[in-house]
Amino acid sequence: MLSDSEPYVYKKVVTVVFGVLSPKMIKKMAAAKIVTPELYDKEGYPVDGGLMDVRLGVIDPGLRCKTCGSKLKECTGHFGYISLARPVIHISFISVILTLLRYTCMECSRIMLPSAKVEQYGDRLKRLGKDKGPDVMRKKLKDLITSSKTAGKCPYCKAKQKKIVIEKPTTFFEDDKRISPIEIRSRLEKLQDADIELFGLNPASVRPEWMILTVLPIPPVTMRPSITLETGERSEDDLTHKLGDIVRINQRLFENINAGAPEIIVEDLWDLLQYHITTFFDNEVAQLPPARHRSGQPLKTLTERIKSKEGRIRHNLTGKRTNFSARTVISPDPLLELNEVGVPDIMAMKLTVPERITEWNMDYLKAFVKRGPKAYPGANYVIRPDGKKKKLTEDTIEASIEELQPGYIVERHLMDGDIAIFNRQPSLHRMSMMCHKVRVLPNKTLRLNPAVCFPYNADFDGDEMNLHIPQTEEARAEAELLMLVDTQMISPRYGLSVIGCIQDAISGNYLLTRSSFSMPREGAIDLLASIGVTDVSKLPKKEVVSGKEIFGVILPDDFSFVGRSKSREEPEVVIKNGRLVSGVMDKNNLGEGSGLLLRNLHKRYGKQFALDVLGKMFKLGVALLMKRGFTTALSDTDLPKEAKDAIWNVFGKAEQDVAELISLYNSGQLDMLPGRTLRETLELKILEVLNKARDETGKIVAMNVASDSHTIVMAISGARGTPLNLAQMAGCVGQQALRGKRIEIGYAGRTLSSFKRDDLTPEARGFIKNSFKAGLKPAEFFFQSIVGRDALMDTALRTPKSGYLYRRLANALQDLKVEYDGTVRDSGKRIVQFTYGEDSIDVSKSEGGVLNVKRIVAEVTEKEKA
Amino acid sequence: MKKIDVRKHLLVPRHEKLSEKEKDEVLKSYSATTDDFPRILKRDAALQGINVKFGDMIKITRRSLTAGQTVFYRVVVLS
Repeated sequence: MLSDSEPYVYKKVVTVVFGVLSPKMIKKMAAAKIVTPELYDKEGYPVDGGLMDVRLGVIDPGLRCKTCGSKLKECTGHFGYISLARPVIHISFISVILTLLRYTCMECSRIMLPSAKVEQYGDRLKRLGKDKGPDVMRKKLKDLITSSKTAGKCPYCKAKQKKIVIEKPTTFFEDDKRISPIEIRSRLEKLQDADIELFGLNPASVRPEWMILTVLPIPPVTMRPSITLETGERSEDDLTHKLGDIVRINQRLFENINAGAPEIIVEDLWDLLQYHITTFFDNEVAQLPPARHRSGQPLKTLTERIKSKEGRIRHNLTGKRTNFSARTVISPDPLLELNEVGVPDIMAMKLTVPERITEWNMDYLKAFVKRGPKAYPGANYVIRPDGKKKKLTEDTIEASIEELQPGYIVERHLMDGDIAIFNRQPSLHRMSMMCHKVRVLPNKTLRLNPAVCFPYNADFDGDEMNLHIPQTEEARAEAELLMLVDTQMISPRYGLSVIGCIQDAISGNYLLTRSSFSMPREGAIDLLASIGVTDVSKLPKKEVVSGKEIFGVILPDDFSFVGRSKSREEPEVVIKNGRLVSGVMDKNNLGEGSGLLLRNLHKRYGKQFALDVLGKMFKLGVALLMKRGFTTALSDTDLPKEAKDAIWNVFGKAEQDVAELISLYNSGQLDMLPGRTLRETLELKILEVLNKARDETGKIVAMNVASDSHTIVMAISGARGTPLNLAQMAGCVGQQALRGKRIEIGYAGRTLSSFKRDDLTPEARGFIKNSFKAGLKPAEFFFQSIVGRDALMDTALRTPKSGYLYRRLANALQDLKVEYDGTVRDSGKRIVQFTYGEDSIDVSKSEGGVLNVKRIVAEVTEKEKA
Repeated sequence: MKKIDVRKHLLVPRHEKLSEKEKDEVLKSYSATTDDFPRILKRDAALQGINVKFGDMIKITRRSLTAGQTVFYRVVVLS
């Protein structure tokens, strides 16, 4: 480690070269030669020349490394080596070795490409290798060689070539005769440097014969530490086990060779050594049984440590765990501001913010230290200027207060107004991580305003969310400036607000702004006061005020807007000078991702104001429902007798129509639709009749249900449910469709055993004429279950598939960027799009993806006039 | 069988070869080299009938959902 007095040396990395370790290099970097498979002697001390040799690094705290003299954590460990009795092929280079053997002459070891062609294509091959990598380059070279006329014959010494095949995983054959790694190695040794370069290898750092191992590096013990179990037993790492096998077999091979054992025995041992070394590098090689523990579970060797989701890269490097974070169940609190997050007090006492003591905040921070870790706005740690961290406990508080002075850092408890980053997985877009301001609250859940559920895609059926507390001034400033809920209001995908009123807030505002609504002025003032609006000067001075007038109070005075609502009675929404002149407020204007009301507020008055108004709208809606009462009842689906009769009439008619169609079909008089079989035509026509019947019952229901019933209010305002849902409850559930068709599966020619074969009537093919309230017949219930299960399966199977699809897309697009010249380029500055989105529009600054040219012109001319 | 000229098809955007001078201008305006540009194969169906060689620049004029009409450039490569 460098101390402060030593000068730091800065060097710029110019190139990084990857290569293969040469035997010489392996020996040079080794701290020890490993000769015995034993690990410890009788006293439990590591054996010299064993796999846990002390020269390979330290894994016990307190000891010093025999090689470098550093302590644990300072010494990164040192490699050792073993010399192998016979050379062994490195499994990762099999494909390279094969190409080298196949495309070089077996007699004179020259590349099988005539010198004329080498001259002709050499440069182009090398350029290809630089652009697209050595694999593509080798493929091109293979094509060149196989397409030349003299394939099968060396262009230099004219020797006829034998065919080399590989028997997976590691055995090479030349015309049915096995070639040993020794033979392969000696051939590779003879290759010329110039030829090697054509294969995409740099002979300075990769000599092909190094791909056949004669010595094996032994990784330091620090990367395969043993763990001591509670029983005092030592448990060794998987790699150590594997290395033990290698050393043991290598020893035996040595002994057998020296004793002059028969060739078969030597070869068997050699193959065994090859197997152990292969599985040491990669235990998931095809055609090789993985090496296992005694318990039967496969060993995790080098490749498995790095690869895949649980591997070093995705798990440890790209997926690090973090401190100063928290996670629990979330619940709603409409009284919070939109950009606040409610943090449980017990969490606030564990999460801390570091604050540096200066002479001006000394007393302020001293008070925190004095309260200590157990009283609420207290502190958990004090950090001295030298970096030493001191935990505050009842015993240490006194001493800590005494030594506090400017330069110390106090880690104080989380408090109201602190910055936090709030996140819900899966983090699919940037709105999945937004910055909120902390509100410390009692109880044990994280709380958020229900209006921000949409960007997080959160609900409260048990969802959990994460909270992160930035620890530096820079991080806090960045989070607040770039990630605050306010800044995320307009979606970069469609240019409209992603935050809007939901559920009760929509129902409430709808009820409030309907023309029929009015209330005494006093009541209106009560209502506004309950949501924190105290300036009621905009409310007309009348005994009774209308709902629209109440809603207008929270709008800015100079705001004008024209839009549309969902309602059929008052489709046109007009806001003039901050007064709601006509139209109702429903999902089209207040909801997320719809309508320009919120977008225009944002544009004209800025993000903070827009968010504030939205918060007030939300609270106003909820407050009204609190005052008025709102529920959904079974009686909402009651129908008068005439309506019920009308529905039965519709069904009677539909059944008749279908029966007619079927008899037409049976007598062959049905006209075929173009491109359909007779049967398909029938199905289509029946579906049409039945859907019409369902729609008609829907209409009857909509007409006859009390228009003020809460269920219909929710459906009309867009808060929850559709008129169709209501029709299914009160009128009829309708046709159950499986893959766009009526239900056909089940038994041969029939859906259930209670029907006759080839029964094409609606009730035998999944038509449910009862309503959910009236109750379903057994067959109907069964049909509904079929469709319900299919839908469930569909979602369950689709989620992971689309997740993977998204992962690939995100990885492919992650470093695309819009440059200053408007082009979209990748990390290599290669052009992907010449103009961003072909129209250069930043969607998050547009209104629903388009620029309102008319308004911009009007604004500009207005400015010029003034 | 009737031979169909794909270039006349409604879904095939207009492909034009740029002159060397025009090509240099385009390269300069994006301050890029031909290596940074998207590529098109010489044997691409839309280029049959136009006399192109390696390194030529093709201007493609497409209909666009967002911008009405948009231009795109590609550099001819052999394989």
